[in-house]
Amino acid sequence: MIITIVSWTAIVILLITSTGLLLYRDWRWGLGFLAGQYAGVFWLVLQHWPLGMAAAKLVGGWMATASIGMTLLNLPQQPESIEKYWTQGRTFRLFMIGMAALLALAAASIIESILPGIGIPVVIGGVLLTSMGLLQLGMTTQILRVILGLLTTLSGFEILYAAMEGSVLVAALLVVINLGLGLVGAYWLTASSEEKAA
Amino acid sequence: MSAPLIWIFLPLIVGGLSLLITRERSATMIGGGTAIILAVAALLVPIDEALSLGSFSLKVASSFQILGRNLTLDSSEAPLLAILFGVTALWFFGAESVGVARRLTPFGLIIISLLVASIAVQPFLFAALLIELSVLAAVPLLSPLDQTPSRGVIRFLIYQTLGMPFILIAGWFSAGVEASPGDLALTIQSTMMLGLGFAFLLAVFPLYNWIPLLMEENSPYIVGFLLWLLPTVTSILGMSFLDRYAWLRTSEQVISALRVAGLLMVVTGGVWMAFQRHLGRMMAFAAVAETGFILLSLSLDPKMGLSIVFLLLLPRGLGLALWVLSLSILDSNTESLRFSSVQGLARTYPLATAGLIIAALSTAGFPLLAGFPPRLALWNSLAQSSLGISFWLLIGILGLATGAIRMLAVMVMADEKTAWTSKESLAQRGMLSIGMIGLFILGLFPQAANPILDKLPLMFQHLGH
Repeated sequence: MIITIVSWTAIVILLITSTGLLLYRDWRWGLGFLAGQYAGVFWLVLQHWPLGMAAAKLVGGWMATASIGMTLLNLPQQPESIEKYWTQGRTFRLFMIGMAALLALAAASIIESILPGIGIPVVIGGVLLTSMGLLQLGMTTQILRVILGLLTTLSGFEILYAAMEGSVLVAALLVVINLGLGLVGAYWLTASSEEKAA
Repeated sequence: MSAPLIWIFLPLIVGGLSLLITRERSATMIGGGTAIILAVAALLVPIDEALSLGSFSLKVASSFQILGRNLTLDSSEAPLLAILFGVTALWFFGAESVGVARRLTPFGLIIISLLVASIAVQPFLFAALLIELSVLAAVPLLSPLDQTPSRGVIRFLIYQTLGMPFILIAGWFSAGVEASPGDLALTIQSTMMLGLGFAFLLAVFPLYNWIPLLMEENSPYIVGFLLWLLPTVTSILGMSFLDRYAWLRTSEQVISALRVAGLLMVVTGGVWMAFQRHLGRMMAFAAVAETGFILLSLSLDPKMGLSIVFLLLLPRGLGLALWVLSLSILDSNTESLRFSSVQGLARTYPLATAGLIIAALSTAGFPLLAGFPPRLALWNSLAQSSLGISFWLLIGILGLATGAIRMLAVMVMADEKTAWTSKESLAQRGMLSIGMIGLFILGLFPQAANPILDKLPLMFQHLGH
């Protein structure tokens, strides 16, 4: 019972953080939401993986977040912390978030029937993050948002895949990929800043 | 000592260490030397058999265990290793002449070691993860630290990353289909997942828009290296799927999907190439068509298809290397690779121009060149099953040939008073000559590669027997 309540709490956390990731205008908030998102991912992955492997995912995600954060803090030319322009308005984004949440709810029972025993909260969490990540990727070409979108999409996939595959090698490689994406983000942010400085 | 230690971890370590190298020549020698040694070793060192050198005896084991799973490279994979490392050596040696050796060598070695690991990993489904890691390693190669990442690189990362989850989930579904072959819904879901995964990884129509963007915005030589290596290894992953799952290789729908996707890539790649006015974009569309040829070959009878895929490997590697080497030489001496900038350069860069045209004609399957024998075999096999498909293949090939002729026309369109001279450096002339001679040799004597190519199908338990 407690586990179910915590799982649904994790879904709420994922909904809040992924919504925040789509709506944030200050990069500090964005990274905060990403770090919070990994806590929700950790709990849902823990339903199928042992604590050690799930914790590796959490730590890997936080390390990716930290690498981006440290880079942004140490850039010689700080990016504008508040974005001036949005290509799409807040209402449109909220509408799309609502659609993604509806999709996750609608798909949950279908996916649960394909993967029996996976658990409704795990399916909802996985589909929600995947669709939110794809939404993020479809809305922008801004480096930070692209990386956050990829990390979010992968997190959603990892929640679902944890129920299918329990290999330590897969867990390790997925952590390395998450970390790699974080480092690519850090590299690109540095590169674009250096060009601006030059 | 085990094979994965030699062909995966050794290049990985050398690649990592060569990040410290600051001289172009040293990077070329270390990268090219390592690759050539590994290629020769793949041909000479027996795997899982004792090798006696006088009183000294050495046995290279095929497996290496890591985190509970095996990396396995057995003797059937040795010819593929020889080809991959041999062609990589060519790319590394050519890199110095266009000034990208310090970037290409370290990351190139890291990428190839990860891709070899993707061939070696058991179960093979996990290959998608290692391919994704190699894509991440390709990012610093494609976007230098002093440049804002271009749209092409960002799209490359997004598309390749999105491919990985689909492949992994498809692998899980495929095992389910194998257990209950009558479950139609599961079969459809599995096929859809697999199709989407490979569509992203192989940049199948219409998901290839990042390729021309990359060619336009980045060093052609580096992009060319990735356009050769990534689709080659991804195709091997695709063949592993066909080999592993009987329901896939016997499914009419999968075969039709492969054929339609391949044909779309050849036709769109060929026709788009014919209408481009930028040499880099032309090569990008030719590379798309090349991947289309591989998909078309896979749609044939498995044994014949596999032979044609492997017959395409060497001409593709050599042709792309020659093409991008020529492009890079022209690129470093002109404002851009647009027709308006390169017009008439045949008189000042005759060898680079010749390399460009010969590589393009080889891709179009021009007789006497390396691309001709595999395309003829492919066309012949397709014509036996459908004349309509072979007609569309003709359209694609005509597009590629038209592109090559347009290139030739623009390159020779010089003022008559311009004197003939050769501004290529000695190293560039040497590498271009090797490439052109290689394309002619493979075209005139395709059987020259048979000792290696004949053994390649043995990698696959069902497709190759």
